[in-house]
Amino acid sequence: MRLALSLSALVFALLLASLSLGYAPLPPSTVLRGVVGAGDPLHVMVMQQIRLPRTALAALVGAALGLSGAAMQGYLRNPLAEPGLIGVSGSAALGAVIALQTGLAAAFALALPLMALLFALGAVALILLLAGPRGGSLTLILAGIAVSALAGALTSLALNLSSNPYATFEIVFWMMGSVADRSLSHLALAAPLVALGGAVLLTLGRGLDALTLGEDGAQALGVSMTALRLKLLFGTAAAVGAATAVAGAVGFVGLVVPHLLRPLCGARPSRLLWASALGGAAMLLAADIAVRLVLPERDLKLGVVMALIGAPLFLHLIYKTRRGG
Amino acid sequence: MAGAAAADGAGPARVVSLNVCTDQLALLLAAPGQLVSVSPLAHDPRSSAMAHEAAPFPANHAHAEEIALLEPDLVLAGNFTARAATDMLDQLGYRVERFNPANSLADVRDNIARMGTLLGREAEADTLLARFDARLAALSDAPETRPVVAYYLPFNETAGVQSLTGEILAAAGMANISEARGLPYGGRLPLEELVLAQPDMILVGQPYDSPAQATALLQHPVLRATGTLHEIPDGQNWICGTPFVLDAVEAMRDLRRDWEATQ
Repeated sequence: MRLALSLSALVFALLLASLSLGYAPLPPSTVLRGVVGAGDPLHVMVMQQIRLPRTALAALVGAALGLSGAAMQGYLRNPLAEPGLIGVSGSAALGAVIALQTGLAAAFALALPLMALLFALGAVALILLLAGPRGGSLTLILAGIAVSALAGALTSLALNLSSNPYATFEIVFWMMGSVADRSLSHLALAAPLVALGGAVLLTLGRGLDALTLGEDGAQALGVSMTALRLKLLFGTAAAVGAATAVAGAVGFVGLVVPHLLRPLCGARPSRLLWASALGGAAMLLAADIAVRLVLPERDLKLGVVMALIGAPLFLHLIYKTRRGG
Repeated sequence: MAGAAAADGAGPARVVSLNVCTDQLALLLAAPGQLVSVSPLAHDPRSSAMAHEAAPFPANHAHAEEIALLEPDLVLAGNFTARAATDMLDQLGYRVERFNPANSLADVRDNIARMGTLLGREAEADTLLARFDARLAALSDAPETRPVVAYYLPFNETAGVQSLTGEILAAAGMANISEARGLPYGGRLPLEELVLAQPDMILVGQPYDSPAQATALLQHPVLRATGTLHEIPDGQNWICGTPFVLDAVEAMRDLRRDWEATQ
């Protein structure tokens, strides 16, 4: 309970900070009135149409990534499982790029998140198939590297074939992710699917707790492994797919956040699920604030900041795994 | 008359152009038969103001091998086009002339004059320059109030005063937002700062057919919500330092007069 309160307070504080800190300095009173639609119409426009979607998307994407990271790690009982690392985000990005470049996304708006979902689904299924329910580290990582590399290469190919001269720069965006200058329509596109996927993932708590006793133990407790696997598959694909479709592939959140929060959750996957959702939201909000505070004139990518935080932690994790034998 | 210039020995007989801007200058000035091949972009009405005139000319793709097989006497390139290919052609002994992108209306005049000299068509270049000067003078009026405009580009960039775009806007009697913000060469202007600065007009180019995040920025709903957004329909006139920039100046002058009428 204490953990829930402190994490919620942290997310709330970061939401306020993200709304208050923009490229243009606005006093806090203007910020708050602007968000609720009062005061100078100009400030209302900036707050509601520029800063609000950015802040909300950062929180949403972070929550989706943190939650699905925790769920995958719980199911595979492997701390290396993470949507960015094992190619789920990259595949979702590929789906989104194909939807955009073929004009499917222009034909009907939902094509973008649905294609991302479809590709994410394919990637999650492939990973689960290759790694098996016990999730051996080596097969998992090898499969993840292969899926990531293939998705990245195909994304680059699709963009290279584009007739838009800026498409080449786009590769960086899809590999790194960003929530800069997104609009409310992006938010409306992603939020329902992320909420749906998140809701499915949050129901997995009991099953994942039982799974810590091993597969036989879980089944003895009446947990259906097939149902668990299907829910994980769909929940992760929906949440990560929709998040990636609007923000690109942001890495490391799903890896780092559950890793940081696991000691505070007493190794209970059910607690780790919602804690990682809140923690992911907090981490991505903080990273997006850093993007705007450090070198604001250079438009740093979210993925760069996340990788700078995530990579050392990842190395630490590998080092610990090695020592553990 | 075909190949007259070449027959006189006054200019190169076979000219190949690798850049959409040198394509158009050459199309304007070359003698019939003198220009052999243009870049693929010359055929694209979105990039080239002379797509129709360029249509009969086959396109080359700036590969050294392909250009060499065309046996050119003169290769025209932009300073930044296909560096590897033009360096290779240099080494193979072909005459390669590189043009800097025009950053001002004066550069446009210089490029026209230089193209005339290179092609052995000085007289045609002089005629073109005289018409250019006369039309620019006719277009320039001194308005009492100049609207503050922001020419907004992909990647949150804004066009500076000291650029071809900036000079087109100035010649049309507009004030550039980048001047007040201390960005003479243009630079980064975050979306929220642009909206808060409340320029009288926000100008953006037309969207490409295929999407990119960099250009999606220009379709952000907040730009439309300002009520000052204007899409520039004739982007091809703004890209190159050719006499067509004056079409852009005229369109902007008309836009400015429409704005004055509403004040």
